[in-house]
Amino acid sequence: MIYFEKRLAPSRATTIVTPILAVILTMIAGGIMFAALGKDPFEAIRIIFWDPLFDPNFADYSRPQLLVKAGPLILIAIGLSVGFKAGIWNIGAEGQYIMGAIFGAAAALSVYPTESALIFPAMIVAGAFGGWLWAMIPAVLRTKFKTNEILVSLMLVYVAESILASVSQGLLKNPDGYGFPGSRNLQQYPSAFNEEVFTNSGMHWGVITAFIAVIFTYIMMTRHIRGFEVRLMGEAPKAAQFAGVSTTRLIVFCLGFSGALAGLAGMFEVSGPAGQITIDFNSGYGFTAIIVAFLGRLHPIGILLAGLLMALTYIGGELAQLMLGLPGASIQLFQGMLLLFLLATDIFTNYRLRFQGAS
Amino acid sequence: MDLLGINPILLIASLMVSATPILLAATGELVVEKSGVLNLGVEGMMIVGAVVGFITAVTVESPALGFATAAIAGALLSLIFAILVLYFKSNQVATGLGLTLVGLGISALLGKPYEGIKSPSLESLDIPLLSDLPVVGRMLFSHDAMVYISILVVLLVWYTLKHTRLGLILRAVGENHDAAHALGYKVIHIRMFAIMFGGACAGLGGAYISLARVPQWTEGMTAGAGWIALAIVVFASWKPWRALVGAYLFGGITVLQLNLQAAGVAIPVEYLSMSPFLITIAVLVIISAKGNHGAPASLGRLFHASN
Repeated sequence: MIYFEKRLAPSRATTIVTPILAVILTMIAGGIMFAALGKDPFEAIRIIFWDPLFDPNFADYSRPQLLVKAGPLILIAIGLSVGFKAGIWNIGAEGQYIMGAIFGAAAALSVYPTESALIFPAMIVAGAFGGWLWAMIPAVLRTKFKTNEILVSLMLVYVAESILASVSQGLLKNPDGYGFPGSRNLQQYPSAFNEEVFTNSGMHWGVITAFIAVIFTYIMMTRHIRGFEVRLMGEAPKAAQFAGVSTTRLIVFCLGFSGALAGLAGMFEVSGPAGQITIDFNSGYGFTAIIVAFLGRLHPIGILLAGLLMALTYIGGELAQLMLGLPGASIQLFQGMLLLFLLATDIFTNYRLRFQGAS
Repeated sequence: MDLLGINPILLIASLMVSATPILLAATGELVVEKSGVLNLGVEGMMIVGAVVGFITAVTVESPALGFATAAIAGALLSLIFAILVLYFKSNQVATGLGLTLVGLGISALLGKPYEGIKSPSLESLDIPLLSDLPVVGRMLFSHDAMVYISILVVLLVWYTLKHTRLGLILRAVGENHDAAHALGYKVIHIRMFAIMFGGACAGLGGAYISLARVPQWTEGMTAGAGWIALAIVVFASWKPWRALVGAYLFGGITVLQLNLQAAGVAIPVEYLSMSPFLITIAVLVIISAKGNHGAPASLGRLFHASN
């Protein structure tokens, strides 16, 4: 008989091996899916995972894109991972991302066309504040009324999408836009443009902020009392209570932290790669970041790598759409499968497989 | 603005139609949660039900078969969740989310060739005599069969949970899985059954959107209905009849805001379309502020039989 036996402590080796195993399993399952769609599975996998980085025709364009896509994913996922570790489930990062973008863009557009070195820093503050504010709604409702933060944060995504639709047709609409919905293009507003720091590297300020967030979170989780409280709350809530950890403060901190980072991601996106507030500005980064957080094992360094890998599937996916005519949805499915395989292989971290003969 | 143009009879009639998908999904999820499992994949199962039901109904030109395959598809998708959560002991919140993401992907992939087609229409089931009643007849007794089936499902779930041995065992598993295990009940099997029932209900609910309410296929057409269903389970305090009330209230708000949009009220469309979500949040707050409200004690907790 085969059964699972609980390990006394999570295995370190499997913590590293399981994400790799999950990626391989996803490639196999994805390959089967691509074959079912009538495409050559080996070619599809190569186009998604290899060509964006190494094919001479695409690499020059794709490599910078890697950072452009990975930046927001890492930034959001880092924030979420702290909450997830404590058992606080902010799954509405998509909404906080939208609000951060709206607040950031609004800060810039309110002073248009003034040029000043203060504008971009003000946008950063406004973006973080927008995301933080949106995350404070579930935080306050949870701490004051014990309302489930999962449902509230998720519902607020739909509310944020409505607000986005409203402002892009009203409040923030470009007055010189010939009536088309959408704000002014911030790329043409030098003080507000989130430009690449190094030309043609894809490295804009959001990517740099993401790297800083990784380092900051790593130090906080391993060296700071707040990180210890987060882990204690997640692994032994009772012990956390007896140790005097304030649940309220931790909930407010975790939701606020992830909200602010998601807001920053939105602000850097709208002022850089996207350029303007439009109805379909948000592209699901807030949800994909949840996969990134888990794929990175809720560990800052892991999330950094996972964010790059997930960015690769986005870019490779676009390339595969172009080259093979692979439907866009198949990439979405591919990413979803990755999360499920990851959760399935996760068992080997906390349990070991035992074989028992007839006893 | 033409508020008088809103016909209250039509309003209530369309309220029932609008509430049916959420009611089905919420009732299914209620059973799942009663067994102690939180499946956040409702949205994913609904949309897969919507697309599979639609494809079947269009291909074989039978809405009834569409609903049947939608239920099967929902149950099969929930089986993935069940295996991961019950056998691989994965985190329920993350797995449910993963299921939603996968469901959205599958549905977009399958549904692409079927965009812009109209589904065969559902016949309305005029209940003899009752549907001829003035006012009430049009309002309550001349809907399609699924509206009544959804109410029957609520009745069935209520009766099973409250008055049968199966229901008692299911609740025992949800309240204290270790005790239920010690008594010799197969915790895993019972939860597996509950999850698949929830999946089938969500699939039916999704198919009702694509076959009756809209009726055509567009990507992402469930538009948050699955999440609303999850909220309604909380609103209902895990009681089937209150889920019915919750779903109809929500259906009422949705229909009313659509009617207000059509009537050209001075409130911008975006604010009207966010209102159902805001009201759901408000209701969740009111319910949760009242304190302990009957959540199954083992809800979301991991079960591992240690011998």
